Amino acid sequence: MAEALLEVRNLSRRFAAVDALKAVNFSVEAGEVHALIGPNGAGKTTFIHHVSGALQPDSGSVHFAGADVTTLSMHQRVAAGMARSYQITNVFLGLSALDNVALAVQGRTDAGSSFRFWKPARAEQRLFDEARDFLDQVGLGSRGATLASNLAHGEQRALELAMALATKPRMLLLDEPMAGAGPEESARMVDLIEHLARHVTILLVEHDMAAVFRLADRISVLVNGQLICTGEPEAVRANPEVRRAYLGDHL
Amino acid sequence: MAFYRAAPYQKPVAIALVLLLAALPFGLTAFGQEFYIGFATRVLIFALAASSLNLVLGFGGMFSLGHAAFFGIGAYAAAICQQAGINEALIAFPLAMAVAGLFALAVGAISLRTRGVYFIMITLAFAQMAYYLFVSARSWGGDDGLPLLGRMTLAGVSLADDTHFYFAAFSGLTVAMLFLGRLANARFGRVIQAIRENETRMEALGYPVFRYRLVCFALGGALAGLAGALLANLTGLASPNLLVWTQSGTLLVMVIIGGVGYLYGGAVGALILLCLEEVLVGFTPHWHIALGLILLGVVLFAPKGVAALFGKKHG
Repeated sequence: MAEALLEVRNLSRRFAAVDALKAVNFSVEAGEVHALIGPNGAGKTTFIHHVSGALQPDSGSVHFAGADVTTLSMHQRVAAGMARSYQITNVFLGLSALDNVALAVQGRTDAGSSFRFWKPARAEQRLFDEARDFLDQVGLGSRGATLASNLAHGEQRALELAMALATKPRMLLLDEPMAGAGPEESARMVDLIEHLARHVTILLVEHDMAAVFRLADRISVLVNGQLICTGEPEAVRANPEVRRAYLGDHL
Repeated sequence: MAFYRAAPYQKPVAIALVLLLAALPFGLTAFGQEFYIGFATRVLIFALAASSLNLVLGFGGMFSLGHAAFFGIGAYAAAICQQAGINEALIAFPLAMAVAGLFALAVGAISLRTRGVYFIMITLAFAQMAYYLFVSARSWGGDDGLPLLGRMTLAGVSLADDTHFYFAAFSGLTVAMLFLGRLANARFGRVIQAIRENETRMEALGYPVFRYRLVCFALGGALAGLAGALLANLTGLASPNLLVWTQSGTLLVMVIIGGVGYLYGGAVGALILLCLEEVLVGFTPHWHIALGLILLGVVLFAPKGVAALFGKKHG
């Protein structure tokens, strides 16, 4: 068994009277595509926020690449190699696709300090060359000069992916990358994620079951803040508890 | 939003403006209008102060209602320097910038943990604290303020002459605008503008957002401090009135009239507001009413400010 890249231990979080997450134990192994599924309101987004550092747990811990990152802020976790995309498209709409990605490249610690006040960033060929490579990787190579607001929905999702990739993550946290996409766009996104999975570990939160079962090496199911099962797709599909949670739908 | 980018004609216009402003005091002297050299100097100084707020508000997206504190602290720092025997602007002005910048750093370190209306209130509170500190400081003149014994020297040259002092203020503004123009397009400028648009996204790209904001806030404070030190030299007084919250409001009005987030927004706003005041005050002591109407007009018909009518922001 490969070493766990992400390990979440006994994570609990309470919002007022609601136990959003109840002692969740969860791990993602290096190299795998691990999908997290669950009915609406199961706590998937809350969970993702705890992994990415947007929220702090009441108890439990998050370990990444062998280090305890529970108290690290979001930007520190990104620097440690954890990148995320958002459920709702979250790109800089007033910037060109290339500028969006260049901003992501610039944020990397190995790209040098951004406390530079004099030299125009546009003159830094390296930033933009690299940004172009990432746009190529997600199939937006010819769209670099286009304003993000003028990109089609699917292209914006791909752009978001390029930005996450540009941080050179060890693990990609994809929060419903298929959300709001038409069937054609979804198919393209699945191909893209499949391609990316060869180089980077992926934690995928997704409602589109066809996509999940095609992409995932392992699947975990979150219901009412509890992780009810983790396993290979076929085992999860056959699990009676999972079937009950989903009332037989989709699976 | 887009990153700030100079319009193609901006550079020639800026050069023409610099030449025009350099010739201005000689022109005024030739026509026997020396009085207006002082007025023009005042405009330049407020242009600098408003531009420093525009860095914080327009580029950094931080709605500070306490910016006058840094302006006033710069003025006091200059006056206190002189009291301590430092009469050389090349020493006193950087000191004023450092003191104002450090105070901004402290205020920012606390205020920038809040957002929205809380940020507005906490910056206002800090500014009022600074105001009451100076009002109650007897050794610095209390209510009356701390007078300067005369203008300082710049590299040994006395600034007592209005034309000399005009050029001191003019150089300060020119260097500051050059710096701000470069900053807007440099890495730092792109980062703070992107944070203005979406701080969570920037955090998720690995940027320590708080640190960038804080540096931007402190830079704005330092530039305001320079403006304050110049103003104290112009008027011969560091007054607590410079720190009062309506002064922060005036600077905000300048930036809003001129154009939030436009490089020349602060300068254009300062020019318009001070000229209006100069003209209207001759007609009626209630000139604020006319000013209010004009502000209303700007907000309704040029909501992005006057600079937006000329400048192009989108790259």
